[in-house]
Formats: sequence, structure tokens, C-alpha cells
Amino acid sequence: MAVLTEEQSMLRDAARTWTQEKSPVSAFRKMRDSAAPLGYDPAAFAEMAEMGWTGVIIPEEYGGSDFGYLSLGLVLEETGRTLTASPLLSTALAAASALVLGGTQAQKEAWLPKIASGELVATLAIEEGAHHAPEKTALAATKTGSGYTLSGTKTFVLEGMAAGLLVVSARTSGKAGDTDGITLFLVPADAKGVSRKQLKLADSRGAAIVGFENVALGAEAVLGEAGKGWPLLEKVLDRARAGLAAEMLGSALQAFDTTLDYLKTRVQFGQVIGAFQALQHRAAKMFTDLELARSCVEAALAAIDNDSPDVPELVSLAKAKVGDTLHLVSNEMVQMHGGIGMTDAHDAGFYLKRARAAEAAYGNQAYHRDRYARLNGY
Amino acid sequence: MADFGGDTDAFRADARAWLAANFPASLKGKAAIAYIEEATPDRADVKAWTKAMGDKGWGVPTWPRQYGGGGLTPAEARVLSQEMSRIGAWNPVGGMGTMMFGPTLLEYGNEAQKQTHIRAIARQEVRWCQGFSEPGAGSDLASLQTKAEDKGDHFLVNGSKIWTSGAQWSDMCFCLVRTDSTKKHEGISFLLIDMHDPGVEVRPIKLIAGASPFCETFFTDVKVPKENLVGPLNGGWSIAKRLLQHERGGIGGGNGGGGGLFGVGGSPSALAKRYMGADENGRIADADLRARVSAHEMDMRAFQLTIMRAMAEAKSNQGPGAATSIMKNAGTKAGQDRAELIVEIMGTRGLGWEGEEFTPDELAAVRGWLGGKATTIFGGSFEIQSNIISKRILGLPDPLGSSSH
Repeated sequence: MAVLTEEQSMLRDAARTWTQEKSPVSAFRKMRDSAAPLGYDPAAFAEMAEMGWTGVIIPEEYGGSDFGYLSLGLVLEETGRTLTASPLLSTALAAASALVLGGTQAQKEAWLPKIASGELVATLAIEEGAHHAPEKTALAATKTGSGYTLSGTKTFVLEGMAAGLLVVSARTSGKAGDTDGITLFLVPADAKGVSRKQLKLADSRGAAIVGFENVALGAEAVLGEAGKGWPLLEKVLDRARAGLAAEMLGSALQAFDTTLDYLKTRVQFGQVIGAFQALQHRAAKMFTDLELARSCVEAALAAIDNDSPDVPELVSLAKAKVGDTLHLVSNEMVQMHGGIGMTDAHDAGFYLKRARAAEAAYGNQAYHRDRYARLNGY
Repeated sequence: MADFGGDTDAFRADARAWLAANFPASLKGKAAIAYIEEATPDRADVKAWTKAMGDKGWGVPTWPRQYGGGGLTPAEARVLSQEMSRIGAWNPVGGMGTMMFGPTLLEYGNEAQKQTHIRAIARQEVRWCQGFSEPGAGSDLASLQTKAEDKGDHFLVNGSKIWTSGAQWSDMCFCLVRTDSTKKHEGISFLLIDMHDPGVEVRPIKLIAGASPFCETFFTDVKVPKENLVGPLNGGWSIAKRLLQHERGGIGGGNGGGGGLFGVGGSPSALAKRYMGADENGRIADADLRARVSAHEMDMRAFQLTIMRAMAEAKSNQGPGAATSIMKNAGTKAGQDRAELIVEIMGTRGLGWEGEEFTPDELAAVRGWLGGKATTIFGGSFEIQSNIISKRILGLPDPLGSSSH
């Protein structure tokens, strides 16, 4: 556990208390069973906003508390533990980062206070294929007079059904694969020509395919510099990845704790199964990996707060290491629980499904291993 | 995140001035001298540097000044280390005395023992070896049988130890002996034995890497004075456990994780480009190898970040805790993975045993790869560490009852 300030300890304690009491895994189950179209419970999200969690990285002048990424990471770790479904990561971290880092004064004033208060859900719309590849953006943004017209489709848009604002990556020049020629746009979800369709994913969380058919936008919709959106997009994605890594760490920790409890209570052959060395050594390996993953996640979040030059590699390290760890722990959770772990009535399946969806978001382990190598010159 | 506090600027200036006046320029960057040679090398500059550091106590910078240590705070010790690496200076004081025995004796020894032994370690005057494992007591260390009989004014020691690192050039041995054969853990005492006693015989053991870093050590009617008992009679096991924590911390942590211990130099990525070529983008041409090199480098980075996190969290001075068991497995595994990768990357050039057909780096890679296999065996094997994590940290039942660590 990182060395925390008093404010950070209080925030973490508040998040722990709320998630354990108001948003345990049974709340996620209820949401899943109700087939909630948004993929989360709006009343629960309103409570989170009420506690100020939607404004943690937003400057005070726009209604936030400016507590930083490590602080928001502490909250996400707790929500990850109980699989709390909410747009917190998409709107209050990813989209908010895009506006804080790239927005004009007018754009910030228009959107950030609404994100901080929770009345607006914003999200990134960046994926076009089955694998994270932001430089392969093909969605066309054609210059028309003083503005642009967007045409194309985005997929795996997290919280896409709930979003009122989309941060869209589009191509204003060059071809898919070029980092030059990418431009970010702020697109209200109710703009003419925007359509969306719910993506029903295994993890039951909110996601959508969003279509753009000749969506006309003014020049004021451009976030950052036209054609030079890549460095901004990378910075935004790195923040989203680090935040997601914190949430994944929480999920992995709880999956492990739940499994460890089972090892101490399930009796076979006249003893608890946790007495068997074959299981003990696998548990020790998971514990070791969790400790290593925590170091990476905290280092990445702290690097963002310190605006350190090694943010990209620390973020890729964190996303890959916590991805590997959650992958392992979620598999072991099912295996070590045996038959009961295969039943829908048990929580193990929820962790397994969420693990794979989170691994895929913003680049899986293979993506980040390759990126880590590239960043280090090999 | 790390906040070590304190104003160290004044100390930095002092340390810089003292190092400039005392570190012989002829030794700049030549730390290898101290580790290649078995005993302190017979060179005037090495002797002068060792004496200067011994007098100052800076070879063991955080040990108390009253016993010959440097008396520095952890923050000052870090500054000293930074200033030393800045000018290519290195610590001439090392070995098991500083890594394991000294910290343990500071905690468990009586005043006379600390006065006698700590200062000699700080001055690199006495070399220590570790008499723990026996032919019949490896992972099950507490089943050791080397016997120490109470003969009134002394103990009479008979038995044998194995894997005693550096016994052939050691002056003293910190040894676990059986003083009560009716009990297991509660019948073990911690005894300091003079290796120059005529009843001590040492036979080096040749290992797969070709060198003989370990020995068999035989004790035949060795008389050990009563004042060489550390801690209470039959109370040696808890001292041994503490010492092993220092050992594991040293193996996993302070030495760059196993790989560093055995001197496999060069980064796998640079070696891969040199031995196997780069693609048109300057990347390692073999995508499979590139992914594995990257995964390994990530493991190393995660390990280093964990060391830093543990240091920040401990906020100094609490000594190593149960977390050192995690560090040993993570560090030694990463070190072995690195050695395996390097040998693979070198291809048949990474199979050389000796001779001028191979570069010194290639030969060192092979010896380091083989020698490094010991890191997951000694100091409590990888599997014993997993047992310790299961039992002490995770609270799982001990499948071996009271007979394990």
C-alpha cells in the first residue's frame, strides 16, 4: 500500500465503507438480473457523485476536488473489489482527462462541471476493431466549410448507452495506422446522425456500438489540435489504462481473498483443502503476483500525478502485470472452488467475465508488452 | 511516494569531500576485484581503501558507532551510496558478516559479543561463514544433528555441515548445533566456532558452474568457549529464523535479484539485437523473443518497484519482515529467467565453457546461468518460501505440523 496522505486515507476508507455496505457483489448481481440497459444502477452512481468521486481529478474551478489520479485509483480499487458497475472510470477519469488535458477554456466550462456533478456521463469512442489499436483509426472526419463531417463506426464504446458526450478519435488526413492525421472530437450523443446499439457483453457492463452518419460538427468540436491528436490521445489513454488497472487490482485482490476464505473452510479428505500443498503453492504464487502488481499500479498512478516522463512505460507495465495477475486469479478462483465455482449462483463467474473484459479494454497484456518493448527501443 | 525526510545536503558535502580524499583513483569502477578474489586482495590500494572505510565505519554505514559502524541514518546511507557510485567507488566491506551475521548479532548478542565481533566485521578483519545445512538437514533444517556437548567450561562439537559458503577462507563460523536431542526446534543452539581450530576440516565442493563456492565442513572434538553461545541455550532456532530473513532479503533484494549475484551482465534486448539482428524499425527481429524479453524486463521492473515500495512503507529501521519471503522468490526467479534468456540469445556462443574462442562475457554468461541455479535452492528453497508465505502470511494450515520452519 502506497504511503497515503490523510485525505487519501479518508477517501479510501469512505470508498471501502460505501462499496461494502451499499454496493456489494449482490448489488451487481441484482443489476445483472434486471438486465439494466445502461449496465449500471443510476441511483448508485448518483450516490458516488454525491460523495465527490466524479470530481477527483477535475480542477476546483470546474467543480472538482483536484485530488489526483492516485486518489481516484484508491476509489477504483474499492469499486473493483465488489465489481461495482458504474461509469466512474469512463466519465470521471478517461473523458475528464481528455478535457482537462486538451480542452479550451470554453470546452472545459461547458463539460467539466457536468462531469464533476455526475449529471453528465462522457466516454471515449476510440475502438474500431476487435483489438485495441488507436493508431488504426479510420473513422473519417471530412473538412466542410468551417467544420467537419464524421462518418464511420466505433465499437466497444464503454458506457456508450449512457453517454451524453463522446470523445471520438477520427481521421482528418493520412491512412489507418498513421499517428499523424488523427483528430479528437467532442460529439454530443444526441447530435444528428449519431446512432447507437447496445453491446451485450459477458461482463454485463455498459457498452455500445456507435454509428456516425454524416454528423456535422463545428470547428469548436475539435479537442486539441486538428490532425495532431495522437499525443493527446496517448496521454488520455494512459490515464484511462492506469485507472482501469487500479480497478482490476481491486477485483484481483477480492477474487483472491474470496478464494483464500474457501481454502480455509472447504473440507475434503477430513481436512480443509487449504492444507494441501498443491493449492498452497498456487496461493503463494498469486499472493506474490498481487504484491508485484500493486507496486506497478501505484507507481503508474503516482507518475501521472508527478507528470513524470516515464508515465507511458509505467502504465503499460501496470496494465500488463495486473492483467496477467487478474487473468490468473480469476481462473484459479473458478478452479479452486470446484463445481460451485461453475454455478451462476456463485460470484466466481462474475470475476472471470469481468477480468477478460477489463483485460481487453485499452489494450490487453500482449499489446502492452509490445508497447513496453517499443518504448524501450526494442 | 517515498519520503525519507531529513536534511541531507550537509552530509552529502561531507561525504563527497571524504570520498575525494580517501578513495584511491586506481580502484575506480573496479568493484570486481573484491568479489573475484577470495580473500582481501594483496594490493596496497585495496588495503588502504579497506582500512579507511573500516576506520570510518562506512562499510556498514547504519550500524551503531559504538561497535564500529557508521552510525548513519538510512537517508544518509543512501546519500553515501549515491556519492560512491557517482565517482565509481565501491564498498570494500562485505560478505556474510555484514549481510547476515552482523545484523543478527546486533539484535541477539550480549554486550561482550557485540564489542568483540561487530567491530571486526566492520573493519573486514574477520571473515564469517554459515554452518546451517547438513547432509541430512537441507530444507528440513531443524533436523540437524551436529552435536555440542556441555563440558562445564566449554562445548565439545562433533558433526558436519555442508554448503558452507566460503568456509575455506573464513576465520569464524556462525553455526547451528544440537544441544538437546529430545526436542527438535527447541534443542538447537546458536554457536560461534573458530575455523582455525585443529578439529575443523574443510573440503571444497565443485559445482556445475566449475567453481567451488561451497564446502563440506567437519567438526571433530572442537572445543568452543561458553561465551560463544549467542542467546539462550536451546534458543537458537528463533535467532536462525531471523538470520534467514536477512539472508533472503539480501538474496532477493539488495543484489538486484539473483542475476546480479552471479554477474550476468548486459541487457537481453541489446544482446538480442547484436546476436540475432534487428528489423527495419530497429526492433528485435524475432517477435516471439521480443515478447519474452519484454515480459522479463517487466518482471524485473515490477520487482524493483516492489523493493522501493517496501522501503517507503517500512519507513526504515523495522528490519526485514515476512515480506522478504516474497522478495526472494520474485527476485531469484527474475534473475534466473534473465540468465536463461541471455544464454538462449547467444545461441551456440552461449555454450562456451572456456578458451579464447569465446569472449569473457560469453563465458561469464554460461557460468552465471549455471551458478544462478543455486539461488532458488539456498537460503530456503523456492518451495520452502512458498510454504512460509502460505503459513505465515496467508494463514493456511501447516501440512507438516510443527516440523517445518
